Amino acid sequence: MSCEACKKQKFEKVCRILEEHQADKSNLIPILHAVQREYRYLPEEILTYIATSLKMPPAKVYGVASFYAHFALEPKGKYVIHVCDGTACHVKGSIAILEAMQGKLGLDKEKCTTDDQLFTVETVSCLGACGMAPVITINEDVYGLVTPEKAGNLIEEILEKEKA
Amino acid sequence: MIAATVNLESIKENYLKALEKTQRQIVVCAGTACVANGSLKVFEAIKEQVEKKDLNVSVKLESDKDADVVMAKTGCRGFCQVGPLVTVRPQEYHYVRVKPEDAAEIVESSVADDKPVERLLYSDPATGNTCKTTKDIPFYTRQKRTVLDECGKIDACNIEEYISHEGYFAARKAFTQMQPQQIYDEVLESGLRGRGGGGFPTGKKWALTLPQPGEKKYVICNGDEGDPGAFMDRSLMEGNPHRVLEGMMIAARAIGADEAYVYVRAEYPLAVSRVSEAVRDAEALGILGDDVFGTGESLKIKVLEGAGAFVCGEETALIASIEGRRGMPNPKPPFPAQSGLWGRPTCINNVETLATVPLIIQHGAEYFKSMGTENSAGTKTFALTGHVANTGLIEVPFGLTLREIVFGIGGGVTDDDGNIFEDGFKAVQCGGPSGGCLTEEHLDLPIDYDNLRNIGAMVGSGGLVVMNKKTCMVQIAHFFMQFTQNESCGKCVPCREGTKQMLRLLEDIIEARATLETIDLLERVASAVSKGSLCGLGKTAPNPVLTTLKYFRDEYTAHVVHGKCPAGQCKAFAMPEIDPEKCIGCGLCKKKCPVDAIEGEKKQPHVIDQDKCIKCGACAEACKFNAVIGM
Ligand SMILES: Cc1cc2nc3c(=O)[nH]c(=O)nc-3n(C[C@H](O)[C@H](O)[C@H](O)COP(=O)(O)O)c2cc1C
Ligand code: SF4
Ligand code: SF4
Ligand code: FES
Ligand code: FES
Repeated sequence: MSCEACKKQKFEKVCRILEEHQADKSNLIPILHAVQREYRYLPEEILTYIATSLKMPPAKVYGVASFYAHFALEPKGKYVIHVCDGTACHVKGSIAILEAMQGKLGLDKEKCTTDDQLFTVETVSCLGACGMAPVITINEDVYGLVTPEKAGNLIEEILEKEKA
Repeated sequence: MIAATVNLESIKENYLKALEKTQRQIVVCAGTACVANGSLKVFEAIKEQVEKKDLNVSVKLESDKDADVVMAKTGCRGFCQVGPLVTVRPQEYHYVRVKPEDAAEIVESSVADDKPVERLLYSDPATGNTCKTTKDIPFYTRQKRTVLDECGKIDACNIEEYISHEGYFAARKAFTQMQPQQIYDEVLESGLRGRGGGGFPTGKKWALTLPQPGEKKYVICNGDEGDPGAFMDRSLMEGNPHRVLEGMMIAARAIGADEAYVYVRAEYPLAVSRVSEAVRDAEALGILGDDVFGTGESLKIKVLEGAGAFVCGEETALIASIEGRRGMPNPKPPFPAQSGLWGRPTCINNVETLATVPLIIQHGAEYFKSMGTENSAGTKTFALTGHVANTGLIEVPFGLTLREIVFGIGGGVTDDDGNIFEDGFKAVQCGGPSGGCLTEEHLDLPIDYDNLRNIGAMVGSGGLVVMNKKTCMVQIAHFFMQFTQNESCGKCVPCREGTKQMLRLLEDIIEARATLETIDLLERVASAVSKGSLCGLGKTAPNPVLTTLKYFRDEYTAHVVHGKCPAGQCKAFAMPEIDPEKCIGCGLCKKKCPVDAIEGEKKQPHVIDQDKCIKCGACAEACKFNAVIGM
């Protein structure tokens, strides 16, 4: 899929994002946010392209991208699951939920994304809905008072939906 | 083109007139927790039911349109535990745990008629009383909501409604009737201290930018809120974003800034969109822009999204991040007030600090000082979580005791199943990873900045995590250490390496490899980390360890000397045994044991071979008769 047309289309999107941010170095982080919203991660060639356009050393752009937890340098799954491990959730058993999900999907601390690129499971520190602890999010949706069973069911539901 | 200056009075009047014409207002909480519990579906269901009644329903009250019923989505109302919450006005019926299926009954009884739906009202577990409005609910009556007052009451995205509550009146006063010097004086006099953790007097901070040379100055609102267990800034940005903007306007007027930034955590997408919308609405009315309240002053506010680095909450790191760099702290001085964003004088304040400022400008320093204690004026929001009956967001005057918060507002300590756990109180962790633990002996201590500091804890951003007797304090210390270790930016060695060592030592204790020397070493490394680190992250990282060592030392010694975890949480010290009285010999445990450590004939009590057992707990989980004890 690396035909010229696709490539051109790819860079056109980045060009548009860069334009929207006046191709200004100081807007690097908003630019990375926008690119990640588009591709769901930050492909290396695009980081290089951004660096050239902003007249910055690629290492610097890479350095910024890798510093922040929110930026992904590897592709993520279609369903990104964040298990909150903030204090309130931790006290109420977030680790059991994490382990249940990882177990179900064959993931662990090192391997966060399933081979079929359907799921990514990660922890985050506090989603700000501590009143409903333990909390997880699946893409944009927030679920509260989660139990390991409930978490497993959510995964089943997605698998069903994907099969259909 | 000369834009007419916005007339706040007439907006207020028109809005209130339009409100009078409507029969009912139905307010659905759309804070993160209630949304997680399905409040948006409740909203749609109620709307559908109202439409069925052939009533003219509008989802936002607009003063130039007629509506019989107005429905609004608000930010968090604090009592997330019993959400989704729905309020029907003007009767103020306060419904809890509402489901979409309840919509028809709500509309039938409280919209078409005046009656409450009894079964959806909150029933106070302590007294059994049914509470019609929030005025009857102890969780609310014991609080003093001033900064949070409109949060959850008003439509966060309706600037007219904010103005109808005299919103932006204080900003106008600051721009048209006050000199910068008067604003500093008022804020200084009020005794307001920064709510972002340090507690530095806000008026003093603003005054520091005064003697700085140069025309260009900046205001930054710190909405990074990375403390796990804290969500007050999120609730303010989502629930009343205009209040935050108004505070920023007043700060900008005080220091003479014409540009300001709101830096919001990436994990808070709803806050990003609500604050952005609020900025657009304020610009559209000419409240923000080139001619603020007809004074010829200009002010632009930009919203920036963070990118998931806790250390970016530190002010110099935050500035680096806005400039598009890695968010690493820099040594102070120079302070941001001297040389901040792009090297210009910059005033950074926390969301809650800024949201408090309009109150002071509008009602005066005396009003503010009348709440709180001598050195800590006003109220503070806390996120009350953990093993407590009523979790949620609360606001109380400084000087209230922990007992009043945990047992009065929080309704008492709970066990793992959420039932009241009499005598179950063990500790409250206050102030997140930079804070410390409060214990039984502190239950009657009035909470304020200085009292907490004196006992080694800190107000911090205001997370209060209640922990019951089943909590292992060494594990809690380990949890916070893991957090700071993950979040250390790595710039300085004591923080980067020291926290790693502290984590290992805590692991040794939890995993039964430690001796008394481990504890000594832990204490020594802790003091090195706090002395040698550059920024607040490293300096305060040892606090949870030091306070648990101070107040729960016997728990540490129990682990290392007696080989026991008093709370029964650390697996390494578990001694699983089968109670022959309870065991019926079903053999389930035997099947599940991964190392064949269980022996026994069918229908005979089974036995665990302690030498083979790896303490995985699978047997305890498998046994339906709770015959496996000591896990
Ligand atoms: C590691 C670290 C993280 C911080 N995180 C925050 C934060 O999330 N929000 C905040 O307002 N202040 C945070 N602070 C404190 C800020 O540096 C700064 O003191 C505060 O924003 C000043 O505002 P205030 O005077 O209104 O409290 C943090 C400090 C440190 C050292
Ligand atoms: S103390 Fe820690 S977080 Fe702060 S600058 Fe040093 S390494 Fe970074
Ligand atoms: S704790 Fe695990 S290893 Fe030990 S007896 Fe039970 S199942 Fe077997
Ligand atoms: S600790 Fe999990 S949402 Fe706050
Ligand atoms: S989110 Fe609804 S009460 Fe907190």
